[in-house]
Amino acid sequence: MFRAVLVANRGEIARRIIRGCHAVGVRAIAVYSEADRDAPHVRDADDAVAIGPAPARDSYLSGAAILDAARGAGADAIHPGYGFLSENWQFAEACGKAGFVFIGPPPDAIRQMGDKTEARRAMAAAGVPVLPGSDGPSADVAQALGVAERVGFPVMLKAAAGGGGIGMARAADPAELERSFASASRRAQSAFGVGALYVERYLARPRHVEVQIFGDGRGDVVHLHERECSVQRRHQKLVEESPAPNLGAGTKRGLVEAAVAGARAIRYANAGTIEFLVDADGRLYFLEMNTRLQVEHPVTEEVSGVDLVAAQLRVAAGDGLPWTQDAIVQRGAAIEVRVYAEDPARQFLPSPGTITRLDIPGGDGLRIESGVVAGSVVTPHYDPLLMKIIAAGPSRDAAIERLTAALDALVIDGVKTTAPFLQRVLAHPDFRRGAVHTQMVEQGAFNG
Amino acid sequence: MAEEIKAHITGVVFQITTKPGDAVAAGDPVIVLESMKMEIPVEAPRAGTVKEIRVAEGQTVQEGDTVAVID
Repeated sequence: MFRAVLVANRGEIARRIIRGCHAVGVRAIAVYSEADRDAPHVRDADDAVAIGPAPARDSYLSGAAILDAARGAGADAIHPGYGFLSENWQFAEACGKAGFVFIGPPPDAIRQMGDKTEARRAMAAAGVPVLPGSDGPSADVAQALGVAERVGFPVMLKAAAGGGGIGMARAADPAELERSFASASRRAQSAFGVGALYVERYLARPRHVEVQIFGDGRGDVVHLHERECSVQRRHQKLVEESPAPNLGAGTKRGLVEAAVAGARAIRYANAGTIEFLVDADGRLYFLEMNTRLQVEHPVTEEVSGVDLVAAQLRVAAGDGLPWTQDAIVQRGAAIEVRVYAEDPARQFLPSPGTITRLDIPGGDGLRIESGVVAGSVVTPHYDPLLMKIIAAGPSRDAAIERLTAALDALVIDGVKTTAPFLQRVLAHPDFRRGAVHTQMVEQGAFNG
Repeated sequence: MAEEIKAHITGVVFQITTKPGDAVAAGDPVIVLESMKMEIPVEAPRAGTVKEIRVAEGQTVQEGDTVAVID
């Protein structure tokens, strides 16, 4: 096992990883920007290193600053968390060259799955269903139009170099595609440094269901079942749960078999998630692979009883997978909601500010992953996630009840949050029946 | 008559998309703020001519700060 792990992140996920390090007896070293000097993750760690000014590109996105910090603090491994440098294959490679273990997959898997059209090809070759669409990236609108005419409108335009919903646009016809291509391409260029897009057939009202997988890098891969993540705004998740409600046994089997086959084909190492769209008939299509720990990993931990961060550390340290497939069983149900500093009444506009009061709920079956405390300043520099609240119970209804009570008891003053919106989701009859799809939020299903 | 354009959220100036003398229509972005990984345009409240830009790229602005003036 490692002597010390540098946690190259901030907020709730840095705190979660520090806890995982302590669970396996490893020292955890935090890094922080000037804006995060007093942040909770700095206090949780055994040691902390300043890495630069508040803007992320000068601190949490600076690979050089993070490698310097790791050298100075005597770390022998680096955990990237999610976001920031977690899916940057050059950073993963630089860690290796500098003598640090990157806690995640090898750089080549990150590069391959980060190139979204190459990922489509690799998954299709492994027998994973993909949506009809591009064979490669399109740098110009004429080529994208050709693909769209072949697969049939409406289509989705997506950034070839990245995911997370950035640079995505729906086009109903050639004229709309021509209009949308330039703006989507500009956004992709700004976010990923590559403006190329690709085209996929558009699915109306699909569900987003994903499978947590874990590989040892030598071809052994297990799955840790599925998560339902359809309640999203701007293609980013707000509510996640496991098991996925109303998922047919055939669809479930198809999902986990496809995920394991896809991960095996690329000899995947460490934790990863394969995301799928599922249509109304239960047909599944590869969406993308995230080569890192997911924000919503706690729902998997709650139903399966595993510690995914501890497992990441063990596998990165050279141990084999800590579980056999048969030992990973879903028990009960778990649901997570993401409390963001955003104003749901103003189209989820960011709401930075100072948290003047914070009452965090507690109770049976509740787990809070918070990046903030009372007095924390929520700056415009970083992701608006304040905390995740996870409720587990013997049934989905029991988990919903606990989560509803927790949101009732939660008090956050000083910034606007998504909490009131999340209450409406949990109370909505369609959510209660498990009849969810990815366009519900945009269509106004949960407006108060 | 000159009118101040104020930031509707706290953010960092990501891009200045107009300059003094530019004609703008109501709803045109005058500058773009970045806040919490989102790009958010600050739009002209009415048609007019940009008279003054009061911020620089990279600068942090608070909600309610004047970012530009139009005539």
